[in-house]
Amino acid sequence: MIEFKNVSKVYPNGTVGLNNINLTIEPGEFVVIVGLSGAGKSTLLRSINRLHEITDGEIVIHDQSITKANGKQLLKIRRDIGMIFQNFNLVKRSSVLKNVLSGRVGYHSTLRTVLGMFPKEDIDLSLRALERVNILEKAYSRADELSGGQQQRVSIARALAQEAKIILADEPVASLDPLTTVQVMDDLQRINRELGITTIVNLHFIDLARQYATRIIGLRAGEVVFDGPVSEATDDKFSEIYGREISEDELLGETV
Amino acid sequence: MMKTEWNQEKQTLKPLGHVPDPPSKFKHYVTALFIIGLLFASAYQTEATFEELILGLPEMAKLMEQMLPPDWAYFEPIVEPMLETIRMAVLGTTFGAIMAVPLSLLAASNVVKSKILFYPTRMFLNLIRTIPDLLKAAIFVAIFGLGAIPGILALTFFSLGLISKLLYETIEAIDKGPLEAMTAVGANKIQWIFFGVVPQISAHFMSYTLYTFEVNIRAAAVLGLVGAGGIGHYYEKTLGFLQYDRVASIIIFTLVIVLIIDYTSTKIREKLL
Repeated sequence: MIEFKNVSKVYPNGTVGLNNINLTIEPGEFVVIVGLSGAGKSTLLRSINRLHEITDGEIVIHDQSITKANGKQLLKIRRDIGMIFQNFNLVKRSSVLKNVLSGRVGYHSTLRTVLGMFPKEDIDLSLRALERVNILEKAYSRADELSGGQQQRVSIARALAQEAKIILADEPVASLDPLTTVQVMDDLQRINRELGITTIVNLHFIDLARQYATRIIGLRAGEVVFDGPVSEATDDKFSEIYGREISEDELLGETV
Repeated sequence: MMKTEWNQEKQTLKPLGHVPDPPSKFKHYVTALFIIGLLFASAYQTEATFEELILGLPEMAKLMEQMLPPDWAYFEPIVEPMLETIRMAVLGTTFGAIMAVPLSLLAASNVVKSKILFYPTRMFLNLIRTIPDLLKAAIFVAIFGLGAIPGILALTFFSLGLISKLLYETIEAIDKGPLEAMTAVGANKIQWIFFGVVPQISAHFMSYTLYTFEVNIRAAAVLGLVGAGGIGHYYEKTLGFLQYDRVASIIIFTLVIVLIIDYTSTKIREKLL
């Protein structure tokens, strides 16, 4: 369970990133956050694992306050939260397997991980994670030899190897073509359903949001302006979130 | 055909609006004048003239004459000092490279976020680089006495300065995506460095180390002039005794070694990056 309690973020220059957010996200939900660029989607998502600091309020994850956590406690909370990025954020020169194994570093001593001495179970776990996203045969390829969609699946495998209980995906399909987009979203959905991993995704394609989400949260100028099941997220609601009519480029189109 | 079409099109086009003035070339002319002025001023101050250069030509020819043919028999006694030179370069480069890793991490602002740490580290690195090799060698000779040890130390510090500088600038330019990802998985700082930074710079590090080795071979060849071991001592000796044919042998030998090492190292570096 993720709880936002009166969370606000004001940037040093005075810009308000988040304005008094109160949310509770239950385990196993597939939440899609929608909103215009600059509405605070990314800030909201990144505040969950404290890649971004908030300036007011508190975020509680599985009854532990990440806002107040420090040192080892913070690392341990982060270990349970996988993250998928728009640009995949893999080490391009390393092998796919090493990238996936890097998700395991939180479970072992510094010395052991630095020497690359991961136990056999970790390697099995990583290979299984790769199999789950249908990319096992690439385990020993260099990450930069893979296509964008494949790289994104590697980063999903990294989150799986991490044995994350929550997956945060920040615009996971923004650099992918429509076909790969569907594959990656399908992977995220399958993992959410099969493993019950709470999944929170930032998206700007609204048809995609409707297709995959169990719950949609609309952000506008750092405030939650919509929060409800997909059935309630009508075109009118979206127009409200966006503050204008929905345009063509906010729809992915027919491939979905 | 093309031309007529273009012309016709030109006639039908509307007249251009206000065209901005092209940027003035004045700055370039001033820069050129300044550089030429600087050259002449330097020549005047150092009393270097073309006349002197031309008058010196016969002397150069005389020296070349004395160098030829090289004393081929002299190769044998200089094999050992040449090997010593190479060993000095190998050791100096290796020690310097090892020490450069932690220092360049400390100097990189995206790894160490505190100015209190990375500015002093950079200052230290600048200081090391400011002292010329020969001066470093001379200082170490004064401390440790004649021999290869001061030479190796001088090369160690030289390598440290060069590799750290190149490396920390490379670290500052790495993709920050993997770093973010490592923060997100809950890695501690050391794991963050080993999984996020190191794989992104290891090939560069090898390349810089090899390049430094190339430079060190050349530097090591003259360190002997101040008594810091290697082939340089033989330059001094033969020049002192006016044995120019032997000097020629040493020059040829050094040239061959430098060329072989440069060539090999360049080939390896091409493969690395």
